[in-house]
Amino acid sequence: MKSYYFSEEHEMFRQSIKDFLKKELLPNIDQWEEERQIPREFWRKFGEMGYFGLEFPEEYGGSDLDFFYSVVMIEEISKCFSGGFAILPMVQSYMSSPYIVQHGSDALKAKYMPKIISGEAICCIGISEPGAGSDAMNIQTQAVRDGDHYVVNGAKTFITNAVYGDIVVAVVKTNPEAGANGVSLLVIDLNSEGVSRRKLKKLGWHASDTAELNFDDVRVPAENLIGEEGFGFYYLMGGLQLERLVAGISGVAACDAAIEYSLQYMSERKAFGRPISKFQVLRHRVAQMSAEIEATRYFVYHCCKMHDAGEYIVKECSMAKLLATEMTNDVATKCLQFFGGYGFMEDYKMARMFRDSRIGTIGGGTSEIMREIIAKMVIDEQEYTKA
Amino acid sequence: MYFKEEHHLFRQSLRAFLDKEVMPHIDQWEKQGYVDRSIWKKLGDMGFLGIDYAEEYGGSASDFMYTAILFEEVSRCNSGGFAGVVVSDVGLSMPYIRNFGNDELKKEYLTKSVAGDIYGCLAITEPNAGSNVAGIRTKAVRDGDHYIVNGSKTYITGGVHSDYIVAAVRTGDEGSSGISLLVIDRELEGVSAKTLDKMGFHASDTAEIFFDNVKVPASKLIGDENMGFYYIMQNFALERLAMALCWQASCEDAIAYTLQFMNDREAFGRPINKFQVLRHRIAQLASEVERIKIFNYNVARAYGDGEMVTKECAMAKLMATELGDRVMTECLQCFGGAGYMEEYKIARMFRDSRVGRIAGGSSEIMCELIAKMTVDAVGY
Ligand SMILES: Cc1cc2nc3c(=O)[nH]c(=O)nc-3n(C[C@H](O)[C@H](O)[C@H](O)COP(=O)(O)OP(=O)(O)OC[C@H]3O[C@@H](n4cnc5c(N)ncnc54)[C@H](O)[C@@H]3O)c2cc1C
Ligand SMILES: Cc1cc2nc3c(=O)[nH]c(=O)nc-3n(C[C@H](O)[C@H](O)[C@H](O)COP(=O)(O)OP(=O)(O)OC[C@H]3O[C@@H](n4cnc5c(N)ncnc54)[C@H](O)[C@@H]3O)c2cc1C
Repeated sequence: MKSYYFSEEHEMFRQSIKDFLKKELLPNIDQWEEERQIPREFWRKFGEMGYFGLEFPEEYGGSDLDFFYSVVMIEEISKCFSGGFAILPMVQSYMSSPYIVQHGSDALKAKYMPKIISGEAICCIGISEPGAGSDAMNIQTQAVRDGDHYVVNGAKTFITNAVYGDIVVAVVKTNPEAGANGVSLLVIDLNSEGVSRRKLKKLGWHASDTAELNFDDVRVPAENLIGEEGFGFYYLMGGLQLERLVAGISGVAACDAAIEYSLQYMSERKAFGRPISKFQVLRHRVAQMSAEIEATRYFVYHCCKMHDAGEYIVKECSMAKLLATEMTNDVATKCLQFFGGYGFMEDYKMARMFRDSRIGTIGGGTSEIMREIIAKMVIDEQEYTKA
Repeated sequence: MYFKEEHHLFRQSLRAFLDKEVMPHIDQWEKQGYVDRSIWKKLGDMGFLGIDYAEEYGGSASDFMYTAILFEEVSRCNSGGFAGVVVSDVGLSMPYIRNFGNDELKKEYLTKSVAGDIYGCLAITEPNAGSNVAGIRTKAVRDGDHYIVNGSKTYITGGVHSDYIVAAVRTGDEGSSGISLLVIDRELEGVSAKTLDKMGFHASDTAEIFFDNVKVPASKLIGDENMGFYYIMQNFALERLAMALCWQASCEDAIAYTLQFMNDREAFGRPINKFQVLRHRIAQLASEVERIKIFNYNVARAYGDGEMVTKECAMAKLMATELGDRVMTECLQCFGGAGYMEEYKIARMFRDSRVGRIAGGSSEIMCELIAKMTVDAVGY
């Protein structure tokens, strides 16, 4: 079907990022997965190519491009069979630093954005805490104003990029009595005194560094406050829409890669004297998945188009995230089955795809939380407006 | 993104028409097993039957999104059978004449069809050939400037009361290369039909049709002889897209209807729409309906732009009709015992939905087609 979403320029860009990944990433990714770390060098090159700053203003080194360039980038990095690799740029450019760009002061932007865009600095988003995940309103990390500093105490956990990263956009309580109006966003340098990090071992996303962070009397310059004090929760609600949309884009692309990889295998693997791609139940399973992937793809593009036009689409982004990540789990399970025993072996990429996809329905708001939001909007006719 | 202001206005006027002319009669039509003939003329007078047809036949030659709206809105009348006969006329029968028929046929049938003076049905399926279209046996033997047709068709939507039958007949060898399409007038001698009793789609007069030495003028051949299979395959894209749009609209309707009920119904001292499992079930289904709707609109737009969307139409039909069954099952559940009573429309929606996965090419046949295009990378 002809594309109503991508121009020739977008496709040229797609080719260039594919070439880059083929040369710089694919030969090394297995090793990096094994080592549980991607060298900084690689991210510098990634930054040099402009991939961290596609959407960001030119004055900070960005390219100020329409959102569909980002869609292309997210799709291509998500097709490399390493969720742990793909998540870093997604967190960096779509889940953390946008808060600085959209709500931060000029000084804050000038301080951090050039480094983030060049890949010199790696950024994280710190919402979840040991005692508060889905219930984000219940976070306990406190930032108390002391002259021209905030003093931060508390802990964050499951924070992507935070073991080797440089800065975190942290969600903190600046006024514990004020509920949603007492939440603020603070940019914290992870090398500050009083910050300790512990690397977490996990089921998948091996190439990604996930940390538990502890803040013990960490002094943060007051100028590192993003926007206004007490507005953090509202900024977050806006930012989470993009985060969820990105999860949707990434999920569909990962499914594409899994299907392509499976079809290749199925055409080569023989059983009972013929390629397994001739067995009708397997064929129909591919057909069902292809239909679902195609429908989800167009739904996600539709949301991207609305997002690009500046619309605030809470329901649609929640739906996109829910549908795409649930689908990715399902596709990973079914595609692994096509590989038989080889699916269980690390020689093939399905095992990794399977474990990496499992995070989709948990991170960035679980499927249950997506359904809570959708239910409120569909059943109770609740509406959300941009902060 | 898909509709302009004029489209919305069209939807409104169509909706107002259906509310006035169709909704008050729907229960009666469901009971009697067919829609009143008078509805065709009314639809024709309003121009609703000619939106996708050229002005020379009285149509308005509007872009395809208008037709998409027509398919959606006729599906929001609590009667799959009513939607079925309209779609069968506008989306299944007339298009063969328009796309492949000669000028004479077009002038004769399209003009009257657009006006609502007559309407058609499409007869492919036979007692011994359903999924396997290439296996049909109804024979048409050339005899001077006529064909003599013998055989039978079954499960034909609108097959009892429609005025003409676009019939797939065998004019040549076995298999797909010996099939032609003929327009057979109901009034011809030797044509008879029997209403079939069925579990849903009650407002549609689904029929078994018999041809007993029917003498059909050779001028009623659509396009070229023995090209019928090819024409059918081409129009299947539209039929499937139409069904996808119909099922998606009835899913939306069913959810809205269910939400209303859930808001009013109390259990354990509160409205049942406060129970989390029911809420999440609705949230999940509403998301899937939204997805297929947007997919359908994307496919419809591409179809309207003249793209070959064989695969996408099959995908849309597969997804929408499978979803339809799940939506109706879960929505009915939210009604409890009321869902089982004819007083509430959800019982009808439930049984009407079930045919989606069978007619117009079953889900299995959709998967066969999609598999050929994805697994074997065959193009059409
Ligand atoms: C690999 C990884 C990377 C991550 N990266 C980041 C990051 O970079 N930054 C960050 O801030 N966070 C990150 N997270 C955290 C992630 O966002 C949380 O794990 C997620 O929001 C769920 O919170 P939780 O783990 O505390 O689960 P809980 O909130 O304890 O939920 C447990 C279960 O209860 C269900 N549940 C909760 N509330 C309800 C309800 N109201 N109704 C029905 N069911 C409910 C949940 O769906 C879930 O199934 C990451 C997590 C992982 C695993
Ligand atoms: C209410 C209703 C209205 C209809 N309206 C019309 C109409 O207007 N005009 C018309 O021509 N027809 C119409 N049909 C017929 C419809 O198109 C057929 O019923 C349908 O194509 C299936 O054919 P069949 O019933 O012969 O089933 P069969 O072809 O006998 O199939 C039986 C089962 O076998 C499966 N199957 C068949 N082949 C394969 C395969 N290769 N691989 C895997 N599974 C397979 C099918 O999916 C199905 O589950 C209508 C049917 C109904 C119920």
